[in-house]
Amino acid sequence: MLDDLIDDAVTTEMRADLQEHLRGCEHCGVTLSTTRKTIQIYRSHEIYEMPSGLRERLHTAIMARCKKGC
Amino acid sequence: MATIQSIAGENEQHPDVALVERVRQGDVSAFDTLVRKYERQVFRIAQHITQNREDAEDVMQDAFLKAYEKLDQFQGNSKFYTWLVRIAVNESLMRLRRRRTGKMVSIDEDVETEEGSVPRDLADWAPDPEQNYTQSELAEILRKTIQGLPPGFRVVFALRDVEGLSTEETAETLGLSIPAVKSRLLRARLQLRERLSRYFKRKSGSAAVGPAPMGIDK
Repeated sequence: MLDDLIDDAVTTEMRADLQEHLRGCEHCGVTLSTTRKTIQIYRSHEIYEMPSGLRERLHTAIMARCKKGC
Repeated sequence: MATIQSIAGENEQHPDVALVERVRQGDVSAFDTLVRKYERQVFRIAQHITQNREDAEDVMQDAFLKAYEKLDQFQGNSKFYTWLVRIAVNESLMRLRRRRTGKMVSIDEDVETEEGSVPRDLADWAPDPEQNYTQSELAEILRKTIQGLPPGFRVVFALRDVEGLSTEETAETLGLSIPAVKSRLLRARLQLRERLSRYFKRKSGSAAVGPAPMGIDK
C-alpha cells in the first residue's frame, strides 16, 4: 500500500481511505513522509558525478573507436 | 511480462529514433549526440551497481561501444534509453562478479532481511534535514548508505527511483517480474529510509538539528 501511494498507483477511492487512515496513524504518516523524502533526496543529489575531464577522455576514445569501425 | 511501450505514439516519434536511424546510415555524429545525452545516466547506473569508480568508467565506455556495434539488433519497440540501460546493467553486473569472485552476485537472488520490512526507527525527520550537511558530507552519507544495500535492491532503486524508469521498464531491463521489482523497491526504500534516519531524525526537545558524526554503521 505504502509504495502504491508513493507511486501514485492507487484508485481515488483507495487514496481517500488511506488518507483517512493517515490522519489518525502517526506511524504510517512518518513512514510515508520520510520514505518520500528518502527518494527525493536521492533523486535530487548527484552522488556519482562524472569529472568533466573523464567525460572528454571517454568521449574522444569512443568516437575514435567508432570512426575506425567498431 | 509487460512489454516496454514507446512513450510516443505512432505519429509522435521519440527524438532518439531519428538519431538511431542516422547512426545506422553511417552518421557517427548522431551517435555522439546520443552519448552526450545519456553518458551521465549510464555512468551513474554503473557506479550504483559496481560501487567502483574504475569499473564504472570502463562500463560506460564498453556500454556505448557495444550499443554502437549492436545497433542493428535494437528493435524500435523499446526506447533506445532502456535498451542502452540494459546493456549497461549487464556490463556492470559482469564487472561486479569479476571483483567478487567466489561471492554470489545475482539480481535474481531474493534477499530476505528483516530490515526494510517492518520500520523500526520511526522518529520523524527534521524539516529539510539535508540542510544540516554540506553538499560533500551529504553526498558521502548517501553513497555510504546505498552501498550497504544488497546489489539486487540497489539496482532496482537506482533504475526506478533515481533514473525514473517505470516499474515495467525496470522489470524488463533486469529480467525480473513486476511483483519482484515492486517488492525489492519497497524494501530498498525502507532500508534506505531507516539507515538515513540516524542522520536526519528530529532531535527530541530541539527544533534545531546539528550534524551527526560521519560514518555509517553496517
